[in-house]
Amino acid sequence: MGINTAPEIPADFPGKVIPAGNGANVVITSLDQIINWGRSNSLWSLYFGTSCCAIEMMQTGAARHDYSRFGFEVARPSPRQADLIIIAGTIVNKMAPVLRRLYDQMAEPKYVIAMGACAISGGPFYYNTYSVVKGADHVIPVDVYVPGCPPRPEALLEGMLMLQAKIRTESMKNKVFPIDGFDEGL
Amino acid sequence: MTNEALQNLISTWISDPETNGLEFTEEKSQFLNITVQPEHLHQLMTQLKNNSETSFDYLFCLSGVDWGKELGVVYHLESTVHRHIIVVKVKTEDRENPTFDSVYDIWATAEFHEREVFDFFGIKFKNHPNLKRLFLTEDWDGFPLRKDYVDEINMVIK
Repeated sequence: MGINTAPEIPADFPGKVIPAGNGANVVITSLDQIINWGRSNSLWSLYFGTSCCAIEMMQTGAARHDYSRFGFEVARPSPRQADLIIIAGTIVNKMAPVLRRLYDQMAEPKYVIAMGACAISGGPFYYNTYSVVKGADHVIPVDVYVPGCPPRPEALLEGMLMLQAKIRTESMKNKVFPIDGFDEGL
Repeated sequence: MTNEALQNLISTWISDPETNGLEFTEEKSQFLNITVQPEHLHQLMTQLKNNSETSFDYLFCLSGVDWGKELGVVYHLESTVHRHIIVVKVKTEDRENPTFDSVYDIWATAEFHEREVFDFFGIKFKNHPNLKRLFLTEDWDGFPLRKDYVDEINMVIK
């Protein structure tokens, strides 16, 4: 979303033009705050549990830890309705294209949490395996990494709150899409 | 039936067990282990299933193994009547074209187990109805659970 900061003023323009610096920025940053407040407090995650981390993720959603307190609310079975994908488990070579397709099907803005050792680096399957992807960030861009094997629900909650904090720093003026240039390794 | 009784019974089935390559061990195992030559496998398995004293009607595990030198298959059998368990092993040193008889006609569950073993170890099963890749893609090259499998792109060796 580009903002023209130096509009052309016709020479015979009778009035006074206030440059779209301060005034416009006030509007934009206030809008940013409202939008970020909305986005960060209603992150709906996609069901994506490929192994044991999914059990901890379910526990994080269940009554004791209850991530809907922080606006994570419900998990969605469709990527079209999801803002967030929590990669909870091992990604194997056969699953990688599926993960990428799910990510591509999600609507912007979209966020990714890599939960647990497998999603971060392949974890216990890093060495001597023919089938495991060594980190989900080989497939899609990741915003927050939550270490652990598996991480406790508190750790996942911490990661989710960090993602919220990250979203609150966004501005539509210099918003970049993490997938841009990802495949080229930029 | 105890392991010892099983061993005594099965030795009577085959004349001269030692020259016919039948080996019994119990070392480091709670079950009786029998190693059998590939050519006697199907006959022994049929007998283990059909004999009313053994009546091993449940094949609860069928695994492929690469011992480094030999390739083989390990069958875990249980009897739901007598509640005893036995382990049957079969090996071959032929790594180019390892072939055993299918036990699919004795225990139908072996159909998928044998496909899995074929998929990962390249062990072929004679008379199997549908021997093709199960988990890996059709165009996969090689058999990844063999000890000598090499994949320089995906594997980090330690």
